[in-house]
Amino acid sequence: MEEVKRVKLHGVGANPYSKRVELALRIKGIPYEYIEEDMSNKSQLLLTYNPVYKRIPVLVHNEKPVVESLVILEYIDENWRNTPQLLPDDPLERAKVRFWANFIQQELFEAMTLAVRYDGEVQAKAIDEVDEKMKVLEEGMKEMFPESGSASIQGEKLGLLDVLICSIFNSYKAYEEVLGVKILDPERFPLVFCWVEALKELPLVKELFPPHDQLVALLMVVRENVLKASSST
Amino acid sequence: MAEEVVLLDFWPSPFGMRVRIALAEKGIKYEYKEEDLKNKSALLLQMNPVHKKIPVLIHNGKPVCESLIQVQYIDEVWHHKSPLLPSDPYQRAIARFWADFVDKKIYDLGRKVWTTKGEEQEAAKKEFIESLKLLEGELGDKPYFGGENLGYVDVVLVPFYSWFYAYEKCGNFSIEAECPKLIAWAKRCMQKESVSKSLPDREKVYGFVLQLKKAFGIE
Repeated sequence: MEEVKRVKLHGVGANPYSKRVELALRIKGIPYEYIEEDMSNKSQLLLTYNPVYKRIPVLVHNEKPVVESLVILEYIDENWRNTPQLLPDDPLERAKVRFWANFIQQELFEAMTLAVRYDGEVQAKAIDEVDEKMKVLEEGMKEMFPESGSASIQGEKLGLLDVLICSIFNSYKAYEEVLGVKILDPERFPLVFCWVEALKELPLVKELFPPHDQLVALLMVVRENVLKASSST
Repeated sequence: MAEEVVLLDFWPSPFGMRVRIALAEKGIKYEYKEEDLKNKSALLLQMNPVHKKIPVLIHNGKPVCESLIQVQYIDEVWHHKSPLLPSDPYQRAIARFWADFVDKKIYDLGRKVWTTKGEEQEAAKKEFIESLKLLEGELGDKPYFGGENLGYVDVVLVPFYSWFYAYEKCGNFSIEAECPKLIAWAKRCMQKESVSKSLPDREKVYGFVLQLKKAFGIE
């Protein structure tokens, strides 16, 4: 019981940043207490823990907060060393993983977020960008994993890139349904597609992520607000 | 085995400066190659095909891209000398948080200060100073962000000090007036050879900014 209380995660339901931290904690077998935050009514605790950005996720370990999801993921990996490592030991391999983690987060996911949150031209441009970044990712992953021809989990070992890809693409079908656009075409992006599908089948992943319909409903709400805002201007 | 280290860089780049400082702190000999960004070398395009940007660190023929990743790489490979990141995981997380903050705020806001005018510029100046004040808060009474010695956050932030003069001239404000502790910290860092030899002269940077403004048609 003590163990669980020592690690707390402040997050929001299906938020992918929140989910990636939960996934990492579960991969590493770290018990934690999950606290759902209401972003429309932020708790005093959240504002104290994250005064700079005032947002989730926030990991609190022994009363000390860590914020920004990639910073949290590296912290989890470095602090709990007797558990499956998310990052490789070799410095050059680590640099490659960090490079692609940045790419997936800052280039690809940012574009996907824009596509959901905006309309008209901004959205169209964002969707094009997602496609461009997907091509780069597919090529990059082919280079990183030349032997297997697939980035899929070697054995049962999940790493940092698996966590990110899973948190972003697990719900790709929901994004496709809501945006009316194909994002993860198996013919154009076979490696990433197989990777995502393999991750989706893992029991660990299935129990963590909300079902398709729930996510579609959530994304629809976001889109509704977007359309309301643009039509009222 | 002889270590071969090459840095593809561009003299005014604050990102490149971070790597120069890290290499100097560790006493690593390397070959510096100046890139012409209007005419990028085949080597640069080969070593960083995704972003085609400097700096690129090439260690024994293998590229490492992106300045924060490069500084961490240098710290991990040459870990026996002048450690930049602390050893405690929580302290490392704090350092990484602030390095990420610098990347999210300082470059973009600084850029807005010299590329915009009027209301947009005033808003950028305000947020820029607010961000620097947050960093001052993190520094506190320590001589460096890293404590008694230069650390990761120092290396990540101090390159922008060479651009402060240009920001001030373009934005018509004084950073020292608003953030005296931070300027004192920057001057302290400049007393270290690894920093002073890695940062260009501020007048040279200002001249470069004026050239860019002319080229982009910004008044």
